[in-house]
Order: sequence, then structure tokens, then C-alpha cells
Amino acid sequence: MGILTSDNSRVCDTTGLKVCLQSEMLIKLNAVVAVVCLLIGVLAAFGLALTRWETIGLLDPLMYYRFTTVHGLNMLIFWILFMEMAILYFAGTVLLNNRNASSLLSWGQFGLMLIGMGMVNYSVFTGRADVMMTSYVPLRAEHEFYLGTILFAVGALLGTTNFFANLYVAKRDKTYKGSIPLVVFGALAAAIIAVFTILHGAVALVPTWLWSIGMMEAPDAGWYRLLWWGLGHPSQQINVCAMVAVWYLLGTLTVGAKPLNQAVCRTAFLLYILFINRASEHHLLVDPGLSAEHKMWNTSYALYLAVLASMIHGFTVPASLEVAQRKKGHGGLFGWLAKAPWGDPGFAALFVSLVIFGFGGGITGVTLGTHQINIVAHNTLRIPGHFHMTVAGGTSLAFMGLAYYVVPLIFRKEYSFRGLARIQPYIFGLGISIMAIGMTLAGSLGVPRRHPDIDFTDAAIKADLSAASPFMALVGIGGFIAATGALIFILLTVHAVFLGASNKGRAMTSWQKPEQDKLTRDLMSTNWNPEGAGLKPSGTSVLTLLLLAAFAIYYFANWKALADVWHVS
Amino acid sequence: MSIFAVPAGWLKAPHGAERTWLAIALLWCLVLSVMMPYWHLKGKQTSSGEAYDVEPGEFNARVEKFVRDGKVDVRNGIPVVEAPPGGHAYLIGRSWTWYPILKLKKGVEYKLHVSSLDFQHGFSLQGKAGQGLNMNFSVLPGYDHVLTITPTSAGEFNIICNEFCGMGHEKMTGLIVVEE
Repeated sequence: MGILTSDNSRVCDTTGLKVCLQSEMLIKLNAVVAVVCLLIGVLAAFGLALTRWETIGLLDPLMYYRFTTVHGLNMLIFWILFMEMAILYFAGTVLLNNRNASSLLSWGQFGLMLIGMGMVNYSVFTGRADVMMTSYVPLRAEHEFYLGTILFAVGALLGTTNFFANLYVAKRDKTYKGSIPLVVFGALAAAIIAVFTILHGAVALVPTWLWSIGMMEAPDAGWYRLLWWGLGHPSQQINVCAMVAVWYLLGTLTVGAKPLNQAVCRTAFLLYILFINRASEHHLLVDPGLSAEHKMWNTSYALYLAVLASMIHGFTVPASLEVAQRKKGHGGLFGWLAKAPWGDPGFAALFVSLVIFGFGGGITGVTLGTHQINIVAHNTLRIPGHFHMTVAGGTSLAFMGLAYYVVPLIFRKEYSFRGLARIQPYIFGLGISIMAIGMTLAGSLGVPRRHPDIDFTDAAIKADLSAASPFMALVGIGGFIAATGALIFILLTVHAVFLGASNKGRAMTSWQKPEQDKLTRDLMSTNWNPEGAGLKPSGTSVLTLLLLAAFAIYYFANWKALADVWHVS
Repeated sequence: MSIFAVPAGWLKAPHGAERTWLAIALLWCLVLSVMMPYWHLKGKQTSSGEAYDVEPGEFNARVEKFVRDGKVDVRNGIPVVEAPPGGHAYLIGRSWTWYPILKLKKGVEYKLHVSSLDFQHGFSLQGKAGQGLNMNFSVLPGYDHVLTITPTSAGEFNIICNEFCGMGHEKMTGLIVVEE
């Protein structure tokens, strides 16, 4: 069953890997829908950026709220989960020399997620669900909003089940020797987290749906928050796992990277599975009804072992790039970086994503998620400032980098306008960084998230946050640049898929110079020891110590800021 | 290579720079873990989560009594209520205002009860520009959220809502007046 034949597979002209044809179709379909959802989210992003930029103030409050709901759902849920389904098909078959296990589960996955996504977007677009992504009860959307979400989640559960089946079949039929590849291991971690994430979602949303059709009382607000965040936060940890897996994948494809010690990388993924779920409580740190002790234990994910996991990947990923570059003869403390293929959008996306996630998203996330510090951060613009550096600058950018390889290798179409593609990751990364810095600064002045302006024009009691105006301009300008960068990615990708030159029967056109490309291919086809003589990752050591210094400064500066506010317990 | 299956024997201890970083990272995680209990014991700000079940109607009745007993003024049609020093103060979040306006004394501890009569709201206290004061707590219907709070600065402080609560959320404001 797991055996590939010439009837159900093809041989990749670039990598020599066998590609199951059914998987290929499912990868294509999921990726196309993902990009459509990204487009919807990007168009909404233009509206949001131009509204929070006070000088322009494009949308009225109702439209601002609706756009925020559209943007959150399509970016955070639909674009990313459809991409992750594509990654699961790829990891469970192509990388294991394996054939897709179940047509029923696979088409069920795609069909249910498509229907669910359609129902939710219909509901929001027609004004039947102006409730934000979180849909906190007792705010109520029309019933199809909840049912669509449930169907989408069931579809995702079918997709993960099919992935588990693929792993089982590949092992049973011995389609590979030894242990599964690291990228597949990362995808497996993501899939396991997905299962308990979706189960939390079911417990939160099924009663809420029954309430929306009048069959139950309104769920308790605190109960709903606890369960909803059991869905909402771990689903972002699925993204983290998938993103790290994509980092390893892109590292291999672009520079021939090789992790120093796979046991370390795999242990880090294991720590995510075991401890990341506790991060759900980060959203409940200033909630009534949960004790301080409970909040501290959970917010530390049991002594920060999931943070440790990210800090491990923060070393192992750049170190794997560094040793490969050194193996090619690019030495010096940072010579390996100077000689990196910066013009390859796959590598550019990987590295920019790594930096934004680590220095931006990671540091702010741990700090804002500290029990007491959350008092000066909860629901301010600092929160979206943080997660745009994890999910957008981190995950979404890594997935864009992946697309620069998926389209030539799976769709077998070449990108045109290659000069634009080469700078696209930098445009997007720059925009997200400017916007996130603006959000963080404005949020530090108390500016709330999910709020159309900062001058409270029609309020009975005047409030004024106009001191934050310059920072709101950064939010608007950065957001506009980021949305433009994402739009460029979409246009290039759609053009490549439908109008790009076919590369069937030959290797993909490399993004790199022939000599760079040859060195990488040579590395990939030989067995070398990443811990061999002369390959010490000293540049990575310096970079990680820099990260730790930035982390410590930001973290303790926030305790200092907290010490200045009113006393409360 | 991360994309190929690995032969047996990959399970081995890290060494060199990788091991050093692991040790440093683990130590840092311990620092992070210790800071929260430390602040809980020594710091002046924490969210204890103290809360009691309350029906919205019942909470509203308590607030009305609080207003009757302590009303000292009316501003913009909203009563200004002086809380008894060291005693209980009440605040309602409802679509779309914070009610009533509170009058407190600097350096005095109060039990501030906050709840919602309808949707979820976000209590967000705002200092004046340059004051660096911003404090945020969740306000849920059915929960009497008790904040044991001591104002450490005097002046007029806005409350805004930072949890989306429907159309009108953007103009939901309130006021706390703190006297020396």
C-alpha cells in the first residue's frame, strides 16, 4: 500500500525524490486555497493599516471591526492551516518515499476545510459575525459562523489523522531506513499539538453553536475564554512547530544545512508537545477566578521548558546553516553569513523570519506572557506587536520562502519577475518590523488593540491617547509596506502557477549562482560530519549571546515599568 | 540533512558550543521561573484573580447602593462617588460606559469590585502622557472581580475599554479621580 510505482508517482527532476501523485494534487489544492485566504487577509490589512494611521483614518468603526475579524481569521487560521495541511501531505509522503494512505480522509480534509472556511467568511462578510476572531461570549454571531469553524476544525483533524496513517504505513512497509527525517519529526510534533488543540476548540465551540441556535443557555464567559484559548494559543504553537520544520527544510534546500545533533533538535520538538499547551493561560493572566499560583505555574509552561525549546532551535537552525557554509570554505566569524545566498528568496525568507521571530516575537512573547508584567500589557497594541513578529514575520514569511520552492518543485512552474521575488522577503520583513515596533511603542502608552482610533471622539468622558500618534503612523506605514510585500508575493505566485514557464523534465531553475548552487548540491549528495574539524559554529554562538542580552534587557526593563504603576493584588 | 531519514545512532549527547548554549538557556529559563514567585512575595503588583459569582442584577443593586451612599457630584450626567477610605468601591462595565466616576485618595487601599452587566469588557486605566501608567484587567459578566488597589499618584485617570464589546466599544470610557 505504501509502495510507490510509476503509476502513482513521479520522480522529481531536481531532487530525485519520488512524489506521490495524489499527494501532489492535495498539496497543490491546499496551497492554492491558502494563497486565496492570504489575499483576503492582505486586502483587509491595507484597510486596517490605513485606519490606524491617524492621519488617514480610512474606515468607520463598524468596517474597522469587520475588517479586523476578516484579517484575523484569514491570516491566523485559514492561510496558515491550509499551508500546514500541504506540509503534512509533503512530509508524510514525499519525504518518506511513501504513498498517501487514505483518499477518503484526504478529500474529507480538503472538502470540510473549504466548506468551513467559506461559511465563516460568508458570515463575516455579510455582517452576521462582527465578533472578532475570538468571538467571546456573550457576544453572538449567527450560527453558521460557529458551525463553519467546527467543520473547518473537523477537516483539519481528518488531515492530521491521514498524516498519522501515512507515518504508520511508511513504517510498516519500510519505505525508509532508520528514523524519520527531522522535518517529518517537526511536522509530527505540529500534528500532535493540532489534535489536542482541535479537541479544546470542539469543547468550546459546540456548546456555543448550540447556544446560537437556541438549544442551550449562554456558556459562562470565563469558561469560554479558558477553552477557547486552549484552541487559540496552541494553534499558534502548531505554527511554531511547522515554521521550525520549514526552517530546517529551507536550510537544507538553500545551503545544504545539516543539524549538529539531531537528538537535541528532536528533544526540543518533544518539549513543545509536552509543555506548550500551558501557554493558553497567557491570555487569562488578568482574568478573574484563576489564582496567582495557578497563573504562574501555567504561564511558565512548567518552568519555561517550551521557551527552552525555542531557544534550542534558535541555536541549532543557524548553527546548521553555519557549519554547511564553513564546509564549503566560507570561514571567518561571520564570513559564512556574508557568503550566504541572500538573493535566494527561500534563504532570505528563512533568515529574516528567524531574526524577526527570535529577536522580536520570542523576546516580547515571553515578557508579555509573564504573569505580573501582563498587567501593563494585556489587550494593548503590544500584543499584536508581539504576534505579528511570530506569526507574520516568522511563520508567514517562512511559508512564503517555502512557496518559492514548492511552486517550481511541486507545481513544476517557474517564477517570472525574479528580481522582484528576490527582494520580496525583505520588503515584507521590513514592513512587519516597522509596524510591530510602532505597535509595541504605542501599546506601551496604553493604546488598546482592536480599536479604530485613539481620540475617542464621541465618548461621554473625554479620553486622549494622542501622544501615541507618531507610533500609530509607524503602525500604518509599516503595515502598508508589509501588506504590499505580501501582495507582491501573491501576485508573483499566482502568475507563476498559472502563467509561469513549465520545468517538466528538467531541474528547477536555481535561485542561486551556478557555483553557489553546485556547492550546495555537492554537500547534499555527500555524507559529512557537521561536528567535524574546523566547523565550529562560533558565529552562531555570538548571535545567540546577543539574543540573550537583548532578551535580558527587555525583560528587566518591563519589570521596572511595572514597579512604577499603582499597587494591586 | 533534515530531509532524509537518519540511520540509527543519532541519539547522542550534545557537546561543544551547543552544550554550552543549552546550559545557558536552561539557566535563563530558571531566572524567568523564579522572577514571578519573587515578585509575588516582594513586588507590589500582581493579579490574584480574586472573584465571586454574581448575577448582573445583584451586582447592579450593590453598585446603586454604593452610588446612593457616596455620591458627591455629577459630571456629564454620571454620578461621582467617593469611596470610603480603605473600604469597597464598585465599578460597572456596560455597553458602553464605565459607571460611576470614582473618587479615591492617594496612598489608600481599596477593594475595587468590577463586573459587567452584558458583554466582556477590558478595564484599562490610563495615566496622562509621560506618566507611564497603564493597568489592564478583564471584566466578565457573572464575575465580581475584586482588585485590591492603592493609587500611588493623584490626578484624573481615564478608564477605556480594551476588550471588543460590539459597536460602541470605541467610545466606552470612564474616570477615576485621585486626590492627594
